[in-house]
Amino acid sequence: MTSRSESFDIRAGRRAARLERTGERLTRVYTVLVYGFLFLPILIVVIYSFNAGRHVTELTGFSTQWYESAWSDRFLMRALGNSLRIATITAVLATLMGTASALAMDRLRPRARAYLELLTYMAIIVPGIVIGIATLIFLVVAFDWLNPWLAFLSAGRAPQLGLGAGSIVAAHTLFTMAIVNVLVRTRMRGMDRTLIEASEDLFATPWRTFVYVTLPQLLPAIVAGALLAFTFSFDDFIIAFFTSGQDQTVPIYLFASIRRGVNPQVNAIATVLLTVTILAMVVAGLVYRRGQRRAATATPNAVATAAPSGRRS
Amino acid sequence: MRDSSRAAEGRSQRRGVAALLVLPTTLWYVGFLIAPLIVLTVMSVGERSPNGGYAPALTLEQYGNLSTRLTPLTNTLGLAALNTVICLLVAFPVAYTLAVKVRGSWRLVLVALVVVPFWTSFLIRTYAWMTLLGSNGVPRILDWIGFGEVQLLNTPFAVSLGIVYNYLPLMVLPIYVSLDRLDRSLMEASRDLGAGPIATIRQVVLPLAAPGILSGIVLVFIPIMGEYLIPILLGGGKTYFLGNALADLFLQSRNWPFGSALATVFVVGMIVIVAGYLALTRRLVRAGRETSLL
Repeated sequence: MTSRSESFDIRAGRRAARLERTGERLTRVYTVLVYGFLFLPILIVVIYSFNAGRHVTELTGFSTQWYESAWSDRFLMRALGNSLRIATITAVLATLMGTASALAMDRLRPRARAYLELLTYMAIIVPGIVIGIATLIFLVVAFDWLNPWLAFLSAGRAPQLGLGAGSIVAAHTLFTMAIVNVLVRTRMRGMDRTLIEASEDLFATPWRTFVYVTLPQLLPAIVAGALLAFTFSFDDFIIAFFTSGQDQTVPIYLFASIRRGVNPQVNAIATVLLTVTILAMVVAGLVYRRGQRRAATATPNAVATAAPSGRRS
Repeated sequence: MRDSSRAAEGRSQRRGVAALLVLPTTLWYVGFLIAPLIVLTVMSVGERSPNGGYAPALTLEQYGNLSTRLTPLTNTLGLAALNTVICLLVAFPVAYTLAVKVRGSWRLVLVALVVVPFWTSFLIRTYAWMTLLGSNGVPRILDWIGFGEVQLLNTPFAVSLGIVYNYLPLMVLPIYVSLDRLDRSLMEASRDLGAGPIATIRQVVLPLAAPGILSGIVLVFIPIMGEYLIPILLGGGKTYFLGNALADLFLQSRNWPFGSALATVFVVGMIVIVAGYLALTRRLVRAGRETSLL
């Protein structure tokens, strides 16, 4: 800019620079404001969880009574147990099936693969509320048809099938399994295929190649998928709302108590959940970083371990 | 010779293993996605039995009724589009600042911070806004400043705010990712060629951000249409979105066939939108490749 001799150009350049500087300052202030907007409600929840008073509006002093009352709330604890169980089973099923199908999809005939891909995207696209409603209707119809048969075949001793934790797991696994599948296949596309070929050339069995070469490279995607599946299942309200039957989960419990009226206990539950999530995220981040470092440095060694000669030496 | 027959044997064996590996997933899709959607479609051509629920029939009456009650559908489309645009306008400067202005390890921390609220319970975030917008929250401060009595909770404004709050990360992240690849030298080149900051944004930044903006729009628009909780908790339970209409039809008025017809139309609409999105991104990618070749 300075090399230009025309004074007009210099002035225009200065004006542009000034405009840019103001623009930059404005966007910076704006970004800070947006972050404030993101964290203000969470801050409020944490502060009021330690509030002594019953009213959400006045800070009257420090107290942990809402934590105690949440801890001794039998319904809440049962809902928490249900939520943890449902989320764990969902995460395990979704990770196993999602990973297995992702690994095998490339080996299928093209048409079979195309169908499976279509189903996977459908499972992701169909909105949660439709999944919840469709599962509800389908299970009600299916149980109406199945229960008389079951009763007849077992001479009335078999328990009646009904909506509950099982139907929530079925619907949650559908969606999260598709997510795991997409994550793992994305990772597979970026994977170093030469290592697998090297392992095969060194006469490693397919199983050993998988355990020592493929799996370590896919691990970050699998772990991320499992975490996503757990969090989604634990946080989901709308699918559980329709398919839960008599079983309560934490979101359903929270929804009911929010609708009943102001309840400071909700703040305490929220703070505990927030703390646990942040801790889990930090741990996941550390695991992910370690996994990546290991994948980057140790894969040639893995090939050596996978190959039968490598074990002997 | 022996090698090739062994290879063929290995291939067919592998294919068998592959079929076995995808079997549970396929069964799950058939049992809990296809079968429910078929039942939903069958129910949508049925009739409402006198005491609610479903009576078998073969009629397109429910779909005909949809056209007489178009307002909820168009309302949903309009509101979802409006809120998606608001979300985009709020998110874009943030994504731009993160991708272009912030450097080093700060950037990862700030990106992670956008996601942190997203990992706390959806219900609790919305509940926090109920407290903040309720008569003892922000309105009281506004009253104290001298704005008089303002109602914020249970208004369309509160619904929009809740939506922007809950969907912001879904809009910021894709735009951030597409701008992250933006080469800084491109912007410097644009400046050296005499383009002002606004021209640079319009001619360099926006075209590059387009794929991210597009995926952000799809990621936000689809769930907004099915939104149920935000309008219930922040909007005073009025019907704003398809999600509320569906929940009302199935849980309150128990008009299952009509609800099924609405849900079927919803799913078909989603598939059309996503297919359009995929076609558009493919074209954008191709266009991007051509311009970068020039």
